[in-house]
Amino acid sequence: MDSKLALYIVKRLLLALFTVFLVITITFFAMKAIPGGPFLSEKATTPAVTAALEAKYGLDKPVMEQYVTYLKGVLEFDFGPSIKNRGREVSDLLVEGFATSGKLGLMAAGIAIIMGLIFGALAAVFHNKVIDKVIMVLSTASVAMPSFVIATILLLLLCITIPLFPSNGSTAGGLVLPVISLSLYPMAYITRLTRSSMLDVLGQDYIRTARAKGVSPVKVIFKHSLKNAVTPVITYVGPMIAYILTGSLVVEKIFAVPGLGNYFFSSIINRDYPMIMGTTIFLATIMVIMTLLSDICYKIFDPRVDFS
Amino acid sequence: MNKDIDAMPSKNPLSLQLDLKSFEKATDEEKFMQQRMRESTTFFKDGMRRLAKNKIAMICLIIISVIVLIAAFVPMIYPYNYSDQLGITPGQSVDSSYNNLKPFEYGETELERIAAGEKVFPHIFGTDSAGRDYAIRVIYGTRVSLLVGFFASLIVLVIGAVYGSVSGFYGGKVDLVMMRIVDIIYSLPDLLMIILLSSILNVTLAPKIEGTGLAKLGTGMISIFIVFALLYWVSMARLVRGQILSIKQQDYVLAARSIGAKSSHIIKRHMLPNCISVLIISTALQIPSAIFTESYLSFLGLGVDMPMPSLGSLASDALDGIYSYGYRLIIPAVTICLIVLSLNLLGDGLRDAFDPKLKK
Repeated sequence: MDSKLALYIVKRLLLALFTVFLVITITFFAMKAIPGGPFLSEKATTPAVTAALEAKYGLDKPVMEQYVTYLKGVLEFDFGPSIKNRGREVSDLLVEGFATSGKLGLMAAGIAIIMGLIFGALAAVFHNKVIDKVIMVLSTASVAMPSFVIATILLLLLCITIPLFPSNGSTAGGLVLPVISLSLYPMAYITRLTRSSMLDVLGQDYIRTARAKGVSPVKVIFKHSLKNAVTPVITYVGPMIAYILTGSLVVEKIFAVPGLGNYFFSSIINRDYPMIMGTTIFLATIMVIMTLLSDICYKIFDPRVDFS
Repeated sequence: MNKDIDAMPSKNPLSLQLDLKSFEKATDEEKFMQQRMRESTTFFKDGMRRLAKNKIAMICLIIISVIVLIAAFVPMIYPYNYSDQLGITPGQSVDSSYNNLKPFEYGETELERIAAGEKVFPHIFGTDSAGRDYAIRVIYGTRVSLLVGFFASLIVLVIGAVYGSVSGFYGGKVDLVMMRIVDIIYSLPDLLMIILLSSILNVTLAPKIEGTGLAKLGTGMISIFIVFALLYWVSMARLVRGQILSIKQQDYVLAARSIGAKSSHIIKRHMLPNCISVLIISTALQIPSAIFTESYLSFLGLGVDMPMPSLGSLASDALDGIYSYGYRLIIPAVTICLIVLSLNLLGDGLRDAFDPKLKK
């Protein structure tokens, strides 16, 4: 069993490494496909200046050589300079943005998991009662709303119509609404997941046995049911991080949060290609790692899953 | 009764055949039990009957039908066009009184016409900042979003179904290689790749399609389709492969084979009916997710090209004037939610109705 698990982990690690490599390759050759090269400036430059620039950044070398250089650069966390933010390295901007975005994402993920588990368990315990129906209606509605719709409606309601929160996300209070708009969808999803797996578990024989021998209802819910119902949620953690990361791209734009998403968004608008590439590779790596971790956790938590 | 038995030929004692006289005649009650009480239903009819009983799914079906009908036919009879800037008449200076009209307000020349006794069709949702009628933009945007959702799902369905069934049908090494490719594409972060590819395709496609019929669609929409064709089919392929593999091993397929059914018969009568429900359901659930993605990309400015509206780009444009014209954001946002929610619930209803495992 243990050797099987180890083999599985090694296999998944290799796949993850290959995925990251593939993302880097795709982004590199995508960058090459853009006409004019990455050092297009809004000001017309003389051919001599362009040639000097190209020589400086190694663009006069053959493509394969550039590819190897880029690959080496990425390994050393060097994504080259940003075009629009003159004099700034992409990697510096990434680190700077990630400090804010990481905080935002972690808070959203934490709230989504905790509240989702609580609501899901409540709905399952009070199956077919009013609480269950209210929770299900709300979560079904939230799953149908894209993050930018939730964010803009919250902005309209709670910043403009009733000015409860600042609309600028650079202050601490301003992070409340971005966190809510990011966590709503995964929360609703986790609620539904937990509810259905809890209902499944609550119908099992060992729950009846526990109840019959007089275990307190609270203990039955938390120790016997929730613990067993939590495994499907673990598999959702990877996709959830992906959702939160991409969702934060638009949510940060809406609430003017100075994070990774905002940089990414403005780099798309400004066609700042090295920045787009750098952010894509950075975010993709985080996503791949999170998916890997959640998959491995799932296998460890649920011994019944086979590793083939 | 006995007469019938007597009428039967008596058995030759040396014959190995059964003695017909030892059979008893069926009573009327036994004959009645053999009667068919009602017509046997087909798989499809049975599913539709169960779907019709599901109130939520039926309400959603009605909502979807109404939205589709409005999006399809209203632009034909509507007096305004989604791209016409009402303040601009050739040879005259721009009439800015048409820009940013509130709902049911009129521009200056329209007011003159009304004063002269003419009837002018009202701007139900007002106009946008460039003086275009907003109601028709929302309706047209709904049409664009629905079309993108539908065709993107169709692309996903065709590629995924073909790839998955080939992989499942041949099995062995072919299956192994094909599924490793799927694994790799599946592990790519899709939305990020979509953003990357669309932002690059938007630049690189424009000169290539200039002058062709595709240019009318716009690079944004084409790159959405390309990206869907490249990345989104993998889950469909997995689903179809799994379905084909499990059906291949079913006892009823073995039973059909053992009584000598041909492969074509097995595929037609056993494999397809069991696959088709999964295909329909996952396509129905793919449409809202495609609309989701399209609106997300349009919101980022990577979707459809101006002046063509989509629900996402309308919401994105409305963000600039959110302080004074909040309704411009609410209208497309609510439309997206309505479409996605009803398609999701309808898809769930279809699954409940057509999944053989849930049959009671």
